[in-house]
Amino acid sequence: MQFIYILTVVSVILSFLVDSKKTKRAFKIGVKKLWKITPPFVSIIVAISIVLYLIPNDLIVRYLGGTKSYLSILMALTIGSVTVMPGPVVYPLCKILLSQGVSYSVIAAFSTSLMMVGVVTFPVESAYFGKKFAFLRNAISLIMAFIVAIVFAFVSGWL
Amino acid sequence: MDKIKQISVKTVMFILFLIFLVASTLIDFNPGVIISKNFTSFSMEMIKVLPPIFILIGLFDVWVKRETIEKHLGEGGGLKSYLWVFILAAPMAGGLLPSFPIAHSLYKKGARLTVILVFLGAVGIGRVPMILFESTFLGVKFSMIRIIASIPLVIVSGIFLGRKLEKEGYTLPKDVINK
Repeated sequence: MQFIYILTVVSVILSFLVDSKKTKRAFKIGVKKLWKITPPFVSIIVAISIVLYLIPNDLIVRYLGGTKSYLSILMALTIGSVTVMPGPVVYPLCKILLSQGVSYSVIAAFSTSLMMVGVVTFPVESAYFGKKFAFLRNAISLIMAFIVAIVFAFVSGWL
Repeated sequence: MDKIKQISVKTVMFILFLIFLVASTLIDFNPGVIISKNFTSFSMEMIKVLPPIFILIGLFDVWVKRETIEKHLGEGGGLKSYLWVFILAAPMAGGLLPSFPIAHSLYKKGARLTVILVFLGAVGIGRVPMILFESTFLGVKFSMIRIIASIPLVIVSGIFLGRKLEKEGYTLPKDVINK
């Protein structure tokens, strides 16, 4: 997070020193683009805050802790796809899952699909890239998360 | 006219949502309190991340020449393009959502579809701030295995899907489609 601020401040200063007119134009472009995308972003944030309420942590723990591992992986992929969580929330939750006896491959399925697949963010993604692109990217990412989970099932002895 | 109507419906709904949050906090209505907590924490994250990202996008727009992006991330970029986008993705904050506008600007400057897809994948699996969190809670070994397993998958699936779309003549929307 700090990195992006440092990068922005340094870039703005450099840009301003070289060409203040261009820098002003850059600001205008940035503000215009941000303004344009704000309404859909706000809707997404509203949707996320409701989804996070509907799928609370203890529900996730309950569903992922099952004894049938393939069912747990499928559950993990589903929950990971429909939920969006801020990074700092994800890993502490994974740690809780681990301590509850959830396997590494389920956790890998959950965290990977959480990072790569976004049902809630789908409207914004298709606004930028078109529906087809967004759909296929999400579908392939879901398969990827599944493969990563399988890899963990094989190497979990190391962990 | 139609557009104005649509926006106002959304705005009214959003205002109702905010009223619901405030009212729930006042009367201590639990679901509303939790939703409002989620809403504020997620909004704060986006408010922190988005302004610098859009300033950078603006600077990118005025400073980076189309030829440069075409050369490194376009048709002529070769396999090195994928290395570049992994480096580009590494410091990203805030997840996939803020990376969409970045990917879109790269595309507009001439990056090819396969590269855009690998970039989005790289943001999903290889952000350094995220990996730091992950390895702290789940161990370095977990992160290592996950990254080693994911990188080839991201590259292969990105090339596969990107080529397929390029062959079909798929192009991304020029500008954001605002419904």
